Amino acid sequence: MAKKSKLKLGLYWAASCGGCEIAVVELREKILLLDEAADILFWPVAMDFKVKDVEAMPDGHMDVCLFNGAIRTSENEEMAHLLRRKSKVLVAFGSCAYEGCIPGLANLFDKDSILRRVYLEVPTVDNPRGVLPQPATHLPEGEVEIPRLYNTVKTLGQVTDVDYFVPGCPPQPHQIWAVVEAILGGKLPPKGSVVGANEKTVCDECKRLREEKRIKKFYRYHEIIPDPEHCLLEQGIVCAGPATRGGCGALCPQVNQPCRGCYGPPPNVMDQGAALLSAVASVVDANSEEEAARIVGDILDPAGTFYRFGLPASTLHRARLGNR
Amino acid sequence: MAGTFEPRIIAFVCNWCTYTAADNAGVSRLEQPPNVDVIRVMCSGRIEPAFILKAFAMGADGVIVSGCHPPGDCYYTNGNYKTFRRMPLVERLLEQFGIEKERFHWGWISGAEAIKWAQLTHEFTERVRALGPLNWSRQLESKED
Repeated sequence: MAKKSKLKLGLYWAASCGGCEIAVVELREKILLLDEAADILFWPVAMDFKVKDVEAMPDGHMDVCLFNGAIRTSENEEMAHLLRRKSKVLVAFGSCAYEGCIPGLANLFDKDSILRRVYLEVPTVDNPRGVLPQPATHLPEGEVEIPRLYNTVKTLGQVTDVDYFVPGCPPQPHQIWAVVEAILGGKLPPKGSVVGANEKTVCDECKRLREEKRIKKFYRYHEIIPDPEHCLLEQGIVCAGPATRGGCGALCPQVNQPCRGCYGPPPNVMDQGAALLSAVASVVDANSEEEAARIVGDILDPAGTFYRFGLPASTLHRARLGNR
Repeated sequence: MAGTFEPRIIAFVCNWCTYTAADNAGVSRLEQPPNVDVIRVMCSGRIEPAFILKAFAMGADGVIVSGCHPPGDCYYTNGNYKTFRRMPLVERLLEQFGIEKERFHWGWISGAEAIKWAQLTHEFTERVRALGPLNWSRQLESKED
């Protein structure tokens, strides 16, 4: 990046909800500073660029590409490879690109059962001919193709080489700005680092009063109005704080909601879900095997609860294919 | 296929009870299947659920977790309490991942129960053999999907 020349920036979304894009807009007036410092070369959500414009760029033309969204279709994967080629620095931006996030929960199922459920079985679907999306359809005008859906949702890092990871669903604006400033100032950490987050857990940032954790019963979110002062986990609400990287400022606990784990595992934790399971189960106040089994039985969906944001990036990646 | 498959089983055992039992079983020349690789940890409470997942991810066909009998046998007073609070959840988690219940055993074997260890390893190995290979790594091999 020579001085004076503006930073060439690209933004892209793959399998995601659009929340990461909103988070960028949430920079508010700072987005003007971003505009002063950077030329945006590609941002399908906000600006009219086409894929062919990216294809026409020389390799490594963009300085930085912020890529949000998981890899779920053949198109997502093609765009990941294309943007990797055209960018000097590729950033997995947000939980989906970093660790799979909510779309990654599809890894508890397979492509066929998901299509069947969504297009045939859901009570609000009216599809008497049982039409399912086809990768290619013949029409009088010619053949129309749509991308193929994969069985397994993958993270950006599982399909291509990634330089930095920004966690969060979505990343918090002040953290995004910190990352932008680091990029503009050329103060980037070693390749492969998680940026825009802290080195400790959400509990470390949470102001709630913590006493001894002794859980006799777990509650689902709708079953209890939590006390606003005390640790939510102590009240029997599964809070992912102990196994989640800080950086958000413990936003959810501030509004009486448990941390759901969107900033991913803290440093040196290899599997967020297993770490959370371990933390939550070990404070169950049970002195016999029967009682323990009954209390942890309150947690109805362990995989969905403990791996809400990180299933594709976890140790097992997905549920087993072919035996359902 | 069934004739050639030898299951690979990882057993996480605590130093004070189950490892002693396994050691005693060896010293007593009790016959045990060679399929079980024993990993000694100080306490069953030290066995993080992540260890179990990692064993399966890296190719184990079955996993055993065994420690001291509750309530009173634990060398560290209540490490085994942590175990019995965690393992029922691990069991259900594995089922959600499509790993059969029969591939995961957790329980208690004291230092004096060498025969019980030998029996467990026999029965567990045969149970896993009957299920066939797990071969977890193939889940991500396919380029297509």
